[in-house]
Amino acid sequence: MALLTKKDTKLILDPLADNNPITIQVLGICSALAITAELKASIVMALSVLFVMGLGNVVISLMRNIIPSKIRIIVQLVVVAALVIIVDQVLKAFAYELSKTLAVFVGLIITNCIIMGRFEAFALGNGVWRSFLDGIGNAAGYGIILVIVGFFRELLGSGTLLGFPVLGNPIEKTGLYSIGYENNGFMLLSPMALIVVGLLIWVQRSRNKALIEEN
Amino acid sequence: MLEHVELFFKSIFIDNMVFATFLGMCSYLAVSKKVATAVGLGAAVIFVLAVTVPLNWLLDQYLLRDGALAWLGPEYADYNLSFLSFILFIATIATMVQLVEIVVEKFSPALYNSLGIFLPLIAVNCAILGGSLFMQAREISSLGLAFNYGFSSGIGWFLAILAIAAIREKIRYSNVPPPLRGLGITFIITGLMAKGFMSFGGMLTGGDEAPAPEPTTAQKVEKDKTTLEKEEQDKAVSYNTLVKE
Repeated sequence: MALLTKKDTKLILDPLADNNPITIQVLGICSALAITAELKASIVMALSVLFVMGLGNVVISLMRNIIPSKIRIIVQLVVVAALVIIVDQVLKAFAYELSKTLAVFVGLIITNCIIMGRFEAFALGNGVWRSFLDGIGNAAGYGIILVIVGFFRELLGSGTLLGFPVLGNPIEKTGLYSIGYENNGFMLLSPMALIVVGLLIWVQRSRNKALIEEN
Repeated sequence: MLEHVELFFKSIFIDNMVFATFLGMCSYLAVSKKVATAVGLGAAVIFVLAVTVPLNWLLDQYLLRDGALAWLGPEYADYNLSFLSFILFIATIATMVQLVEIVVEKFSPALYNSLGIFLPLIAVNCAILGGSLFMQAREISSLGLAFNYGFSSGIGWFLAILAIAAIREKIRYSNVPPPLRGLGITFIITGLMAKGFMSFGGMLTGGDEAPAPEPTTAQKVEKDKTTLEKEEQDKAVSYNTLVKE
């Protein structure tokens, strides 16, 4: 553990559970809800955010002493926009179908509040290496929620995981379907994304009473 | 005229920014504890959307899209700068928000006091950038329609945040299970409201005939794939014939 001191490990591990960007800090909800109908899209989205946040935090941290504080929001937006363009072009080149599914939500990484939030709260005041770790940690915390929501919505909604049928074939009635199981198509519609995240918050806060809000 | 009316109601109810596409959820959840502040933010969103969507429409039409530079001369006709749209759109939005803030502060201090604190928040509200990106993706065809789209999407967002703020003010008096208090119950209520808004989907079809099923993204991708394959086959055929000759 010479590479990571105890403080550094905390930077990565904290956002994964008790300081999770989505369920505790309420940041970056838009994309978390809109693209989680399939597990594959959630994973790609999580990786894209990981890339943008890790690199973005490094760039902002490098420039933190030369950005005038009055125009820092615009500078931050330009940095994120440039990184997102890279992600978008790579997706279009190597995963065209996925980039169609994600559609405008790749562009909306720019206004993902987690990224701006971490720039403001961390990268503007900390060194490069720590900012990088903070970016990776928060993006991973975001990614975990995305993957969990995507997992349940795809499994219960279409009976597949990453496109592979895991519960049997609904048309030939094999596997679970032979005893009368039906896919819940409602899981694929937008309202269920909200409700699944709500239930996740419920589970997390029942396990850790310290997180309960006052109402 | 009819298409304006249709787009207006469609953007408010059917394609509601919060309930159908989850745009601007962060500020929606963070600023919805009181009705008064919710109204302020909602008004600011309507205003900024109505300004930035038409502006970005002009940018898209005369600078970014495939062949948009044709007005400069025929030699510019095959430039496609659309990969720059993210950075240009967000730059327009950020500058417009700053400009609006300065102008409002100078000419109407009263409005600035009620709206001003929300304006910096808005530059990073996904609803604003989302409005421009959806405008581009849906290929809105004229400046008037673009203005209409921005304005009515803003109204839809305004309605959504007003409704949730009113519900949250009331819910303070009910006995919510402790772990769900605050954020959790807000998510679930929003989900239920989204379910309610889905019923507006039948509004524009008249109700008698069954609505034409909208192609899902998967089907669209499928379609794209088949056209791509066909193109490739055509290419292969022409190549083969060339080789034979």
